[in-house]
Amino acid sequence: MAKMTLEDLRKLRETKKSDLERRSLEGKDIEIIIGMGTCGIAAGAKVSLEAFLSAIDAAGLKNVTVKQTGCMGLCYVEPTAEIRVPGMPDTIYGKVDADTAREIVETHLVKKKLVENHIFDRPAADVIRN
Amino acid sequence: MSVKNFILVCGGTACESSKANEIYDAIVKETKAQNVMDDVQVVKTGCFGFCEKGPIVKILPEDAFYVNVKAGDAREIIAETIVKGRVIPRLLYAEEGLPKAFEMEDIQFYQKQVRVVLRNCGFIDPEKIDEYIARDGYKALEKVLFEMTPDQVIQEMKDSGLRGRGGAGFPTWAKWNFSKQVQSDQKYIVCNADEGDPGAYMDRSTLEGDPHSVLEAMTIAGYAVGANTGIIYIRAEYPLAIQRLQIAMDQARDYGLLGENILGSDFSFDIEIRLGAGAFVCGEETALLCSIEGQRGMPTPKPPFPAIQGLWDKPTVINNVETWANVPVIILKGGKWFSSIGTERSSGTKVFALTGQINNSGLVEVPMGTTLREIVFDIGGGIRNGKAFKAVQTGGPSGWVITSEFLDIPIDFDSLTSIGSMMGSGGMIVMSETDCIVDVTKFYMDFCVEESCGKCAPCRIGTKKLYNILNRISKGQGVMEDIAKMEQIGEAMKKAALCGLGQTAANPVLSTLRYFRNEYLEHIAEGKCRAGKCKELVRYVINPDKCIGCTACARKCPVNCIAGERKVAHTINNNLCIKCGACFTGCKFGAITRL
Amino acid sequence: MIDIKINGKPVSVPEGTKILKAARMIGVSIPSLCYHKDLKPWAACGICVVKVEGSPRLVRACATDVTQGQNYITHDEEIHRIRKTVVELTLSNHPQECLTCGRNQFCELQKLAAEFAVREIPFERNVRPLPVDASSPSVILDPAKCIQCGRCVQVCQQLQDVWALEYLHRGEGTRLAPVGELPLNESPCIKCGQCAAHCPVGAIYEKDETLTLLKAINDPETHVVVQIAPAVRVAVGEAFGLPPGTVTTGKIYAALRQLGVDTVFDTNFAADLTIMEEGSELVKRLVEKEGDLPQLTSCCPAWTDYMEKYYPDMIPHFSSAKSPMMMQGALTKTYFAEVRNIDPAKIYSVAIMPCTAKKYEIMRDENMYSSGYADMDLVLTTREISRLFKTAGIDFVNLEEQEADSPIGFYSGAGTIFGVTGGVMEAAVRSAYYLVTHQELKDVTIKPVRGMEGIKVGEVDFKGTPVKVAVAHGLANVKSVLDEIRAAKEKGLELPYHFVEVMACRGGCIAGGGQPYGTEDGTREKRINGLYRDDEKSLYRCSHQNPDIMEVYEKYLGKPLSEKAHHLLHTHYTPRPAYKFKDDSGVKLWQEAAGK
Repeated sequence: MAKMTLEDLRKLRETKKSDLERRSLEGKDIEIIIGMGTCGIAAGAKVSLEAFLSAIDAAGLKNVTVKQTGCMGLCYVEPTAEIRVPGMPDTIYGKVDADTAREIVETHLVKKKLVENHIFDRPAADVIRN
Repeated sequence: MSVKNFILVCGGTACESSKANEIYDAIVKETKAQNVMDDVQVVKTGCFGFCEKGPIVKILPEDAFYVNVKAGDAREIIAETIVKGRVIPRLLYAEEGLPKAFEMEDIQFYQKQVRVVLRNCGFIDPEKIDEYIARDGYKALEKVLFEMTPDQVIQEMKDSGLRGRGGAGFPTWAKWNFSKQVQSDQKYIVCNADEGDPGAYMDRSTLEGDPHSVLEAMTIAGYAVGANTGIIYIRAEYPLAIQRLQIAMDQARDYGLLGENILGSDFSFDIEIRLGAGAFVCGEETALLCSIEGQRGMPTPKPPFPAIQGLWDKPTVINNVETWANVPVIILKGGKWFSSIGTERSSGTKVFALTGQINNSGLVEVPMGTTLREIVFDIGGGIRNGKAFKAVQTGGPSGWVITSEFLDIPIDFDSLTSIGSMMGSGGMIVMSETDCIVDVTKFYMDFCVEESCGKCAPCRIGTKKLYNILNRISKGQGVMEDIAKMEQIGEAMKKAALCGLGQTAANPVLSTLRYFRNEYLEHIAEGKCRAGKCKELVRYVINPDKCIGCTACARKCPVNCIAGERKVAHTINNNLCIKCGACFTGCKFGAITRL
Repeated sequence: MIDIKINGKPVSVPEGTKILKAARMIGVSIPSLCYHKDLKPWAACGICVVKVEGSPRLVRACATDVTQGQNYITHDEEIHRIRKTVVELTLSNHPQECLTCGRNQFCELQKLAAEFAVREIPFERNVRPLPVDASSPSVILDPAKCIQCGRCVQVCQQLQDVWALEYLHRGEGTRLAPVGELPLNESPCIKCGQCAAHCPVGAIYEKDETLTLLKAINDPETHVVVQIAPAVRVAVGEAFGLPPGTVTTGKIYAALRQLGVDTVFDTNFAADLTIMEEGSELVKRLVEKEGDLPQLTSCCPAWTDYMEKYYPDMIPHFSSAKSPMMMQGALTKTYFAEVRNIDPAKIYSVAIMPCTAKKYEIMRDENMYSSGYADMDLVLTTREISRLFKTAGIDFVNLEEQEADSPIGFYSGAGTIFGVTGGVMEAAVRSAYYLVTHQELKDVTIKPVRGMEGIKVGEVDFKGTPVKVAVAHGLANVKSVLDEIRAAKEKGLELPYHFVEVMACRGGCIAGGGQPYGTEDGTREKRINGLYRDDEKSLYRCSHQNPDIMEVYEKYLGKPLSEKAHHLLHTHYTPRPAYKFKDDSGVKLWQEAAGK
């Protein structure tokens, strides 16, 4: 890509910001964010990621975005995954192994119920948005 | 039909033992009794790490957070909170002297945290520059390049009161200003990513989760001091961080956010990565610079300070990852905003890697001035297995133990210094009564022996001598003179070692000798290790009056040193015993004693 | 100027003065161990710590600049206690072999232990069983004795730019070793011995061969000939309490004879001969345009070794003249043997040198055997001969002065100044001027090449022909001169110099690796002045005026650069690998590391 000017950067930022908001308009309204820092990966986050992807395919869900992020800080319960489903509280699940990942897809995403024994917290307040 | 409310019942082991199961059953029963079972899902959760106040029940989406809940409260919770949407004040958590909190925001792992440094960690995909940009990434750079003079940038940093997060807490703006004042054809901006304290991984996580924030910050500093070259010195043991940095740099270059004429301005800046071989001492800035220059990583005397005469004798601004990660937010939201967080002389937040005998080990970011008690008990969820708190070691192997009498001291640069401790880079290791102070100190000294660069005599020789003495004490071979000798060596290291590592390497010894002298004396005079960690000092015996001969211990023993017939009292052969303690924890009748 | 106080006593010192130096200016001596005036403060030992009034921390006096208005406390109970603890810690890891150590009585650690009255070592002892490296013909490494003061490594890397020595491993495992853990003789070491001269303890020392000389003297069949180098005469006296720079030539001759040496010669004679050969070679390159310019001097064996390893492309620029010592050696077993009718096989030829590299030079290649025998049999350093004089009970100070033997013992002042930086150049200019212009210089003092500047450049007018010269000493200074020449050659530009003198050691041979311990710039200047004074007092100031030189050409060599002269007095140079690996495994590792 060609080097950006100030204008380009500002335009890109606005586009990307509204992209994030438009995501729900395009029907991709569910987000799974997996903590993929070294701590997460060491605890098996890559396996969980695979399990999420195949479970979503198996469930035939088309409205899910799966993405990686850095360490969420909850190292004692790695791997961690944050789930954002409209109409449900944003939730962070911990100790998400492959089985739990499949259960999260089946229960939380499909049945809109929380999964037992794996909820650890809710996301922190965001200094950027506030 | 969708669920309207979620009732979360803490299912951690501590809460389970305080009858969480009964509460869970009672609540489920009540949802049926009051016919709201279709609207409500009752869920057992993982441990919230607030076991002191357990069992805990939390109700979403209201965020009502009930503590010390009993099975008898189930009916009221359903009737009031679920059906009528009213909070039950009696069950809310209250800190002593403070009004009862309505929401759980105040007391959870995350909710006491203020995530400035970690603002993007756990939010964005670190490998996608667009996500960083969407979260106002590179907006600070934009502002600096087109709306601010270098002096204004430094003024903003001064207003923020940001102090270096690597440990010593030197004002960041002052470093920048020194470099700016020096006339030189070449200046450097260096990011110290050679985090090496045992148990510390703040910088690693920041780079893995938000690499662009560091790149943006370094570029801003380059503009402020007049440097065109940045170098990130990162240990090779951080492959993921290196990979993500590399991706981030490629993307930034691609977008023209690094390189010639950034965003069409006349400012050019680029960054390269230098890999360190993992020597702890290379986190010391002068040793780090030696290492970048291709020399043996050994500290050099200061002055000259790097800001004036650093890399290849050119002015060099060195800050660590966490310090850098603060910079874009400061520029974006203003120094005044930043200085409103934290305390007057220690503004902003501090990231800690909370580990050790703690329930919720993890990466936490709190405003400066938060007390150790809040970090350990509120965020960290208290001591594992309900054991008693013993001490916290801050600042890693250079640190000082902080005992329970200082639990309420605010964590900031000056308060910690006032009690002889130091902020350090953010490692925070919690010790409980199960830790032996001699054993822990020996661990730190072993680390220092390994990581001493070998340049100056006090550190090179002193660390090993201290380790050897500690090792003897832990084996019951200590003599009373050892205490005075350790203090003599410790003093010489503190006063005569060349760099920060050496000057502080004796701190674990000196501080534990001050606060836990009795434990040393017990080891030396009585040959006793109260925590049972010093294996040579521990002996397990079976009380024949209590032993019923169930054979459980004999089956657990990995070296088969427990003998005895079924239903006859067993005996331990202490010549073979390896002091693993499996029998001790395995005996259900309290028949085994640790001496 | 900065106004400070030392223990409350005011003193004004220039900005940038270190506390250690400022204190010395008012007569306060702060104990130190790793600090050496030749080197940048390394700040390793932790002995010279002082208090800055009002600050809880102690700072290193060797490395800390004074700050305006500050009061520095250099001595009190706490400082003494800490310094003593550091000495005790250092001693606890140091072999207690003082009586059998090469540095007994000259050891700086021993001195501190005595001053601090260390009566016992309170800490557990840990002396590592590290092997001695005796692979080099020049110096011996005993890493077990090393106290990691950093001097040798700094000397080798910073002053000499050789990079043969390095520290390996870390923490308490840190130890001195040749790079890549090679034996020293297979490392890039150029044997200059500056490491040994700077070592405060007995971890690096010259290979002692004093007994070998005594054995030769003791053999009635052997005719022992000893020559002494220019720089030796201003240094031997130091071991006997004379100030540095005291010229003791006649006493050394006398002492050698008292030892039982048969014939005493002076290397200064061969220095004159070197000028005749090397000067003629310069004239040939300069006037007859035969050979590459600039011409580089070749009398320093450490320098030639360095050049062969690091600048082999400069070989054509090297004067092919051997060093004075080797010329003297070749003539001793040929000309002298003939004149005196002695069987050269029975001559044992010994040189007393300020230099450890000379021990290596006598066997560097086949040209060192031009007489049909080993031209030189043995080299002893100034330190070794001083010890030998002492053990022989020689009352050195009160000896009657004697003369050298002839026919190859008489010398001019030009030969004398070979021992100082710029001296070879000055001597060469004095004679080359004559060789080119057939006139004598009016003033033989060539000022631009004198002094302690690391690189000295100048221009001498050879009656209308400007001759540009450069002098470098301390090998780290050579690099920029050579790079300048190299760049000019590559770009086809005018050559920056016609003649370049290089001496490996700072100050020249008077501060060679075999000279008395404790050499620093103050000592250097005294020794240099001693040689210049000796030159001024000389009957002849120019090599070509030396009647013995004329005689040797007349009777034996013919003329400079004759075939005989070439055979006996000249040599050649070959590129050598800096690292000598036994097999190619090391080379492979090296290449892999370099990513080739």
